[in-house]
Amino acid sequence: MHIQRRSLFVAAAVMAAAAGCGSNGSDSSSTATGASTAAGGAGGDVGVYTWWADGSEKEGLDALVTLFKEQFPNNTFVNLAVAGGSGSNAKAKLASDLANGNPPDTFQAHAGGELTDYIDNEQVEPVDDIISALGGSSVYPKTLLDLITVGGHVYSVPCDIHRANMVWTNTSLLSKAGVSSDPTSVSAWLADLEKVKGSGVATPLSIGGTWTQTQLFESILAANLGQSAYTALFTKSGSWTGSDVTRSIDDLKQALTFANTASDGDDWVNATDMVGSGQAAYNLMGDWALAEFTSKGLTWGKEYSSFPLVGMDQTFGFLADSFTLPKGAKNPGGAKDWLNLVGGAEGQRVFNLKKGSIPPRTDVPASAFPEYQQKTMDSFKTDKIVPSIAHGAAVSLAWSSEINTAMSAFYQSKDTAKLQSALAAAHDKYAA
Amino acid sequence: MKGIRRWGPSLLFVAPSIILVGVFVYGFIGRTVVESFSHVVTRSGRTRAPGGFGNYAQLIGDSRYQHALWNLLVLTVVFVAGTMIFGLLWALLLERGVNGEGVFRSIFLFPMAVSFVAAGVVWRWLLSPAQGENAVGLNKLLQYMGLSQLQSSWWSAGRFNMAAMAIPAVWQLSGYIMALFLSGFRGISTDQREAARVDGATELQLYRYVLFPQLSPIALSALIIVGHMSMKMFDLIYSIAGPNSYTAEVPATLMWAQMFQLNDATAAAVNATLLLIIVAVLVVPYLIYTNRSEKG
Repeated sequence: MHIQRRSLFVAAAVMAAAAGCGSNGSDSSSTATGASTAAGGAGGDVGVYTWWADGSEKEGLDALVTLFKEQFPNNTFVNLAVAGGSGSNAKAKLASDLANGNPPDTFQAHAGGELTDYIDNEQVEPVDDIISALGGSSVYPKTLLDLITVGGHVYSVPCDIHRANMVWTNTSLLSKAGVSSDPTSVSAWLADLEKVKGSGVATPLSIGGTWTQTQLFESILAANLGQSAYTALFTKSGSWTGSDVTRSIDDLKQALTFANTASDGDDWVNATDMVGSGQAAYNLMGDWALAEFTSKGLTWGKEYSSFPLVGMDQTFGFLADSFTLPKGAKNPGGAKDWLNLVGGAEGQRVFNLKKGSIPPRTDVPASAFPEYQQKTMDSFKTDKIVPSIAHGAAVSLAWSSEINTAMSAFYQSKDTAKLQSALAAAHDKYAA
Repeated sequence: MKGIRRWGPSLLFVAPSIILVGVFVYGFIGRTVVESFSHVVTRSGRTRAPGGFGNYAQLIGDSRYQHALWNLLVLTVVFVAGTMIFGLLWALLLERGVNGEGVFRSIFLFPMAVSFVAAGVVWRWLLSPAQGENAVGLNKLLQYMGLSQLQSSWWSAGRFNMAAMAIPAVWQLSGYIMALFLSGFRGISTDQREAARVDGATELQLYRYVLFPQLSPIALSALIIVGHMSMKMFDLIYSIAGPNSYTAEVPATLMWAQMFQLNDATAAAVNATLLLIIVAVLVVPYLIYTNRSEKG
């Protein structure tokens, strides 16, 4: 009897606290739009869901949290990070939390196509007012805003940008093979691979698990097709049956003949390390590879270097992390504080400096960043931006899963026609 | 009134478990089956599931599902055969009375104490398909042993690739099957062996005609246990092959992909229902058989 009474009391206390939270949240949600949030923040716990659990990603998140505490001392940051699997574990946990009506206050999502799953399931709210209060198109590039706008609404606040189509090279292996300049087309790169192989390197190209091959393929595809034709692939009227796509698959097939044998579950880190250690001459990986090389004590431009895989256009394969406002979040006011932080210039400066990515905002001073990031920021302004398939910028989760499955099958069969028809079928099923 | 007094209290005792199992097992199975028949059109106007048995036709006709079924068949055959052979072999060896039987028994049983996920992380590395100078794991071991020609791509390639995926599973569960058989052997009284020997039976005949026939109920149980574990196998494959492997896909991992990647709860429910039927086909006759033999 005694225990029962006590538990009743606890339950009442919890309910009161929850009610307090709720009213707090709704009070501030009407006022907390844009950069001029109620001083000190909306108060209460702010649960932030990411897959930034270690390495440079964790450091970036920590920098954000420190700033969050400074700017919004009323709020308590609750880290809901889920580690592992390049975000696939986190996405699975998130999917069940959202389906069960238990959303975090805000969660990390790749900007672009990947958001359509959440929008389609009516799990996220538009954040138009926050984006416009943050400066809208005057501080965010239009290409980026177009990509995250669905049906006239923006559904997430982008906080960083990575480049996906980078080829990392081992400089000493290349100079031994007599490759002195960066290739400007896929066929020129394949010729270089042949040259490197001829110089006695057993595995000129290193690859990892399925998604790294998808990333290799999307980079080849974008280079061969150019910006407009590549971007059109993801629209309803786009076609994957053309000869350009066939040629790109054949290029991929040829590139894979230079590569190590990988299994589906292999991580990207091992493949990238092969370039650092001199086992392989080339590896295609996003610019987060920089942090991996740095951790091995290597210097860009000395032991290793990199170039973007380009062709028809000077393409910039892009992906961006962003934060959302889930429908039914317990503390929307606190979530908006977080969105204002990650969308603001100061938040993007401290975060990207640590994470190795570049800020989406154009008003963050480039001089604050190291050389490599400055170069990327320049390219982002001048190059043709194309969305990444493997990292959720171009297509929905379901669509990219289907493409990955087709890539896994292709790795075994090396059957060009079969991959192309699978890609075309995935397009017909998911393009909208 | 008298009746209630007789069975009432016992009913009261089992009622909580009946209710819990009813809701959390059978209730949810029912919910899944209902879901598998639903008609789904997404907000963007795509018909995701035609509804009714059309959902089943859609999944069974899908080449991805057929591929997963084939993988499951290969996995199950190799896994069941492997555990039965090794389990019986080890049980026979220990049953002959080796020195330090306890030590060997523990060694054979220890893999079972490791979770599939933890073992999977190690086996992913052991079963790496890399060959030549990049080889690691088993392929590297074969090189050291001078058996380079035996290097394999393991589960990563080939029509019978799932036979390699069964290796870690066999490693983990053979010890368990050994324990089952060993307890079977120990359950047979020594009188019978002595009687057979007095009658002039050779050791081979002793096993063939006296001991093995008495082990058949245990063999059947072992078969069912390992068989249904194989059908439901998810964690080992997921941790070895990663979340997006078509090559190593079985219905259970496909179900995860359908649910959490393709956002298609209906297809996942259809898959789950079919899997339940497949397992039931295996288990129900066994239950009927044991029920009958226990009565008789």
